[in-house]
Amino acid sequence: MLNCKQSSELLSQALDRPITFRERLAIRLHLLICDGCRNFDKQLTFIRKAARELPRKF
Amino acid sequence: MSTTGTIDPDALQLHRSYLVRYAILQLRDPHLAEDVVQETLVAAIENRSKFSAQSSLRTWLVGILKHKILDLMRRQAREPQLDVADGEDENDLIDSLFEKDGHWFAPPQAWADPEKSMENTHFWETFEQCNQRMPVNTARAFMMREFMEMSTEEICQELSISTTNCWVLLHRARLALRECLDLHWFGSTR
Repeated sequence: MLNCKQSSELLSQALDRPITFRERLAIRLHLLICDGCRNFDKQLTFIRKAARELPRKF
Repeated sequence: MSTTGTIDPDALQLHRSYLVRYAILQLRDPHLAEDVVQETLVAAIENRSKFSAQSSLRTWLVGILKHKILDLMRRQAREPQLDVADGEDENDLIDSLFEKDGHWFAPPQAWADPEKSMENTHFWETFEQCNQRMPVNTARAFMMREFMEMSTEEICQELSISTTNCWVLLHRARLALRECLDLHWFGSTR
C-alpha cells in the first residue's frame, strides 16, 4: 500500500513520465481512501494549467 | 505592421516588458533578464528576414528569448558558482509536509472554484510571487517544465542532473507552489 508521501510523489511523476499499470493501480487504490491526496491530485492538474497559462497573463 | 523581413523597432519595444517578465521568472535576476532581452531584440532585428508574417511577433520573440535564456544558463553552469548553498537540501520541504509514517502533516483541503481564480488579476500576482519564492534550482526546473514546456530529459541535460533528481525537483516545486497558493490564496477564502 502506498502512503500519502509516496502517492504525492507518483502523482507528480505522472505529469513527467508515463507511469506503469501497476503504479496507476496503486494510485487509484490510494485515492479511493484518501481525501487529502484526491485534493492534491486535482490541485496538481490546476497548477500545471495555471503555470502554462501564466505567460499569457502578463 | 510586419510583412516578411520588415519589423518596426517600435513594435519590438511594445513586447519588451513582456519579455523581461518572462525572463525574470526563469532567471530570477532583473539585470540578467534585461541583458538577455536586449540580446533577443538585437537578434530579432538582425534576423528580421527570418520572421514570417504568418506567426505572431510575440511568439517569434519568445522563441528567440528561450534560446538566449538557455545559452545564458549554459554559460553560467560552466562558470564556478560562488553561491552553491541554496538552502536546497533535497528532502527539506518534502519531509516537512509529511509525518514520519508518510501521512500528510496537514492533508490538502479542497480549493473552491480554482478555475474562477484564473479570471482574477490578483490571483496571477500571487501565483507569480509563489513562483519567485521557490529555491532557485527548484524554480528553474519547474519553469523549464511548465513554462518553457521542455521534457524531463531536456531538463536533466540542461541542469546536468539525473532523471530521479529531476522528478524530485519537480515534485518539490509542485508541493511548494501548492502550499504557497493554499496559504496566500485559496486558504483565505475558506
